[in-house]
Amino acid sequence: MRRSLLGRVWPGATAVVLFIGFAFPVYWMFATAFKANKDIVADTPVWFPTSPTFEHFETAVNADGFWTFVGNSFAVTLIAVGLSLVIALLASFAVARMRFKGRKSFILVMMTAQMAPWEVMVIAYYMIVRDAEMLNSLVPLTAIYTVMVLPFTVLTLRGYVAAVPKELEESAMVDGCTRAQAFVRVIFPLLAPGLMATSLFGFITVWNEFPMVLILNKDAAAQTLPVWLTGFRTTFGDDWGATMAASSLFAVPILILFVILQRKAVGGLTSGAVKG
Amino acid sequence: MSAQLKEAAAEPAPRISKGGAPPPRRSQERAAKSVPYLLILPAAAVTLLLLGWTLVKNGMLSFQNLNPRQLIQHVTEWNGVENYQEALGSADFWRVTGRSVVFTGANVVLIMTLGCLIGLLLARLGTKLRLLLLLGLVLAWAMPVVAATTVFQWLFDQRFGVVNHVLDALGWHAMADFNWTSGQFSTFFVITVLIVWQSIPFVAINLYAATTTIPKELYEAASLDGAGPWKQFTSVTFPFLKPFFLATTFLEVIWVFKAFTQVFAISEGGPDRLTETLPVYAFVEGMGNQHFGMGAAISILTIVILLALTAYYLRLVLKQEEDEL
Repeated sequence: MRRSLLGRVWPGATAVVLFIGFAFPVYWMFATAFKANKDIVADTPVWFPTSPTFEHFETAVNADGFWTFVGNSFAVTLIAVGLSLVIALLASFAVARMRFKGRKSFILVMMTAQMAPWEVMVIAYYMIVRDAEMLNSLVPLTAIYTVMVLPFTVLTLRGYVAAVPKELEESAMVDGCTRAQAFVRVIFPLLAPGLMATSLFGFITVWNEFPMVLILNKDAAAQTLPVWLTGFRTTFGDDWGATMAASSLFAVPILILFVILQRKAVGGLTSGAVKG
Repeated sequence: MSAQLKEAAAEPAPRISKGGAPPPRRSQERAAKSVPYLLILPAAAVTLLLLGWTLVKNGMLSFQNLNPRQLIQHVTEWNGVENYQEALGSADFWRVTGRSVVFTGANVVLIMTLGCLIGLLLARLGTKLRLLLLLGLVLAWAMPVVAATTVFQWLFDQRFGVVNHVLDALGWHAMADFNWTSGQFSTFFVITVLIVWQSIPFVAINLYAATTTIPKELYEAASLDGAGPWKQFTSVTFPFLKPFFLATTFLEVIWVFKAFTQVFAISEGGPDRLTETLPVYAFVEGMGNQHFGMGAAISILTIVILLALTAYYLRLVLKQEEDEL
């Protein structure tokens, strides 16, 4: 009896403890961001922001160049993800629906490229971009980010395109559509969920990217939020409230996207990851 | 499929032919044949240009003596394999390599063990508790890496960090004002907790999703044969999910080994460069100390080591893909 009670209780208890463990850092970020300074540096931690304040968010938003970083981050992320989606859509259609010589090699190149250790190759990128005299510009950064998320996008979209029944396309073509029209009118609408899931991954990757921008763009006008955020000590000193407010602002777009797309994204990320 | 392609292309041919010199059917066919190449052209071109060329450039740089002087004067000084000799001959390099391997191993073992346990727990829970735990996991998973590093610095802050407070309250008073980034082990501890915390959700949720595909009959048969939970795991779950375990383990090896942001952002490789892993080491040598050629050589060596660590998996994946295509 005692054993079965224990057997029933422990999974639930562990689940609750684990939930706290996983959620706490995220909670603590938001909680600190809303707490008054005296509560942040209190001798015993104040577990709940009893008198919430927006003061730290004001500090973060009014920090030097904040809106430039926000603009840059959104610009590089949206353009890189958009470009890679367009390029990948063309390629994935060819790979999923056509047989041609070199198809296999193309897929293998994409699979290898997906595992490329970008973090390790930053010096070569620095030299290339410097020789092109394009340091401190968002253009090379966006181009590199596009290629960074491209292999995953191609490989994932390939699966989504292949999942659209060929008969749909064929019947559209029987009805007088050209292949291109069949693609735009029949396949594309069915691909929407796949496109969203894939773009979520791209968005997270680019939004988070740190080593490349750290090296290529020393000029604050061309930096993105990750560089700003990791250098929070220079910006805010030991102002943890402002730092956590800035982190919250940085995390919120991703958290929102994740919640909206979670179901599809989890499926998409899994299939992409397990497929390599 | 190619027949269908040809049909599609051949059908409108008579309409478009306006009596040009080449026979219309043939040129149409040729056009249809080039369609897939035109479609993959942009993807192949940008990948080769921005990734392939960079890798070549990285290789070339690694054979050069490239310091601030050469950089400013734009001169190319080839120095053969000197960079490699220096790197491979230095105790530092091997220390960092060993550290990277141990760090990766420890992280991956923790991630896989805890991730699998939590995944199996998810399968045992009732709906409400499962959703609760999934919510926590998804929150940790969705948290951007850069935001997570600042949050962990705050959690482990010396004076007002909540971790030190809790340890103190639990009776470990020596930790009340502990500076986590003052020592090698404690810094790695923070980095490891951060990486493991962020990586477990991927493993746990995927494992849980994968277990739902295992036929229930297998477990029933196993329990009829008197198999306990452990026996069920080793004789049913594990064999069934072996491809999953293999793929996830190696993906985690790749991710942890090349992790730069977490290691660099927590302590910039400090104290005393004691927490530099290979990617950070290449960065500090190359960009920080401005020995660009040396940094490039270290990065090539890093890639080689990563390839060696994952060769088994890469071969398996490429072969499997090849069979499937």
